[in-house]
Amino acid sequence: MPTEFLEREGTPLPANVAVRRVVVDAAQWTQSALSLSGLDARLLALWGADDRDVDGAFRIFAAFLLPDHVLLLQHAMPAATPVYPSLAGWFPVADRLQRAVYDLLGLKAGAGDARDWLRHGGWPEQYFPLRRDVSLTQSFPVHSAPYTFVPVSGDGVHEIAVGPVHAGTIEPGHFRFSVVGEKVLRLEARLGYTHKGVAKRFEKMPLQEAHRLAARICGDSTVAFSWAYCAALESITDTELSRRAVALRALALERERLANHLGDLGALGNDAGFAFGLVQFSSLKEQLLRLNQEAFGQRYLFDYIVPGGVATDLITPMVSTMLDETTRLEQEVGALRAIYDDHAGVQDRFLDAGLLSPELAQTHGALGLVARACGIAQDVRIDLPWPPYDRLRPRRVLRIGGDVAARVQLRFDEAMESLRLCRMLLDMLPEGPSRVDVAAAAPGRLGLGLIEGWRGPVLIALETAADDRVRRCHAHDPSWQNWPLLEHAIHGNIVPDFPLINKSFNLAYSGHDG
Amino acid sequence: MFELLRRIRRTGILDRPLPASDSTDPAMSGLQENLHAVFGRALRIRHVDAGSCNGCELEIHALSNPYYNLEGHGISFVASPRHADVLLVTGPVSVNMEEALKRTWEAMPEPKWVLAIGDCGACGGIFGNNYATRGPVSDVLPVHAVVSGCPPSPQRILHGLLQLTRQLDTDELPASR
Repeated sequence: MPTEFLEREGTPLPANVAVRRVVVDAAQWTQSALSLSGLDARLLALWGADDRDVDGAFRIFAAFLLPDHVLLLQHAMPAATPVYPSLAGWFPVADRLQRAVYDLLGLKAGAGDARDWLRHGGWPEQYFPLRRDVSLTQSFPVHSAPYTFVPVSGDGVHEIAVGPVHAGTIEPGHFRFSVVGEKVLRLEARLGYTHKGVAKRFEKMPLQEAHRLAARICGDSTVAFSWAYCAALESITDTELSRRAVALRALALERERLANHLGDLGALGNDAGFAFGLVQFSSLKEQLLRLNQEAFGQRYLFDYIVPGGVATDLITPMVSTMLDETTRLEQEVGALRAIYDDHAGVQDRFLDAGLLSPELAQTHGALGLVARACGIAQDVRIDLPWPPYDRLRPRRVLRIGGDVAARVQLRFDEAMESLRLCRMLLDMLPEGPSRVDVAAAAPGRLGLGLIEGWRGPVLIALETAADDRVRRCHAHDPSWQNWPLLEHAIHGNIVPDFPLINKSFNLAYSGHDG
Repeated sequence: MFELLRRIRRTGILDRPLPASDSTDPAMSGLQENLHAVFGRALRIRHVDAGSCNGCELEIHALSNPYYNLEGHGISFVASPRHADVLLVTGPVSVNMEEALKRTWEAMPEPKWVLAIGDCGACGGIFGNNYATRGPVSDVLPVHAVVSGCPPSPQRILHGLLQLTRQLDTDELPASR
């Protein structure tokens, strides 16, 4: 295999974890994919950039998660023929990512599904919004284009179309079920409804303000995204944070994980017909949010992570209040867990529902919570620990079942582990400034931020422009990897179990759509 | 089972009085009475996420927890727009959701009102207008009241509902109601 260049070449890139960038030509791009697919690598993200103003080329980037570092492949294409070899043969998630790259930049993958993904007819076909000769504010009337779902035929097969507006308070997406009776033969999702042009909006934003936009890519993962952005910027500018600031960031990240897990555990009980669970867990979540308000001045920590540290310091009396809360939550979650475990009716709904096999999760490159519930050990906090996780050393939490029950148990395990981490952080909160200055960044630098959010690894790739502004910022949510797996997990289940199975994945729409 | 029942008993009723009765803002007093007087415990809301980041949805969800107990006060969320009095819209309206939002609004029976939730719904927020977003909800639908905040707290959303019902009380509802 002529891929020695993968080991030989490459330069380190500014990031909060070890990242190596290798510049490749088209043939090496394909060889690398082939070689990486045999190395237990996961495709983390794929994005393009318009660099015609610099050297007349378009570029495509692919970030791979390897056991001990992140490998970034970078490939340039001449402006006249923006085509690159498809990665979908080895990394199935690449298919939708490549469709998104085409919709936004007009860079075409050599093979694969050619249907639009993010473009639903809201802008013209040959208009590629992320190209630099396109204005930031131009808009068009909608000409909604028909979308061809993969047809399923046979005796008694019919389709159920759901969305984009759903029955409850949920983000918008369309699900097309092909069913026989109640049994689901196939599910195909269509996403992109909340596409807000975030990448275009990032262009030319001041570097020291754009963390606010990053925080609003996916509201339930605001700490993860804003930390990833700040980590990229701080790496580019060689900013050394105080140990106190990184500890407070980790506290915020673990509280975000807790809030989401508590909310999900309640909703999962409710979807299994156990309203008691929703009442109990939504109360615990509300108490956690109210303490956030008291301690950080916000219920959800949208503007808490800022370049150079955190927005407000934690006052000393709050530390003991939070420690008390941690003890109380450990008891409450433990007691509720015993009730869930003992409830035959609830367990009957959870067990074997939405089963995802470890093999499928592995070949499709599952990430985060969904992967860990299939026994796949992937957690950036443990595999590539960045401060303060290098000192905290979180315990690895895994479940092997791959069904709704496993995803519920994993949430219980992770909530307890997050509480343990919160206690450690509060017990040993270092002294120091909560924020330091971030120097102006040199133009043309590329940096990465990779943070294990509650769903999985969140990635930000940031490139700087002159005058301390953003040139290009790409954000990636792990839901991209896990959405196609939901389509597999529902297979063979009955339609009424979809809400429960969907909730057990709880994937992002806005985070995915961008 | 015993443990479950014991826990229910110990939890008790968490529902705090709506902000109306513990707020120092005199305009907030009587939210429940107002809502009851206008809708007779039957205000029905349809929510549409028209492009939100999911932050506002989290706070709308919180309205149903035992502390705010929205349903206990006669306000509930419905699945069909045909059953709804109020359309709650979050997010800057994405071009990909524009048509679905308009169709939801058209499916609602008269009389009907729109409450735009969050900074994005109120003014476009940080996303503004571009090829993919239309900005505030008022650029797409008639908006009767807005609740700003990023995201607005559950209390502020309740306050917004109060303002809306006030307006309905005085201006828009037939005298017979």
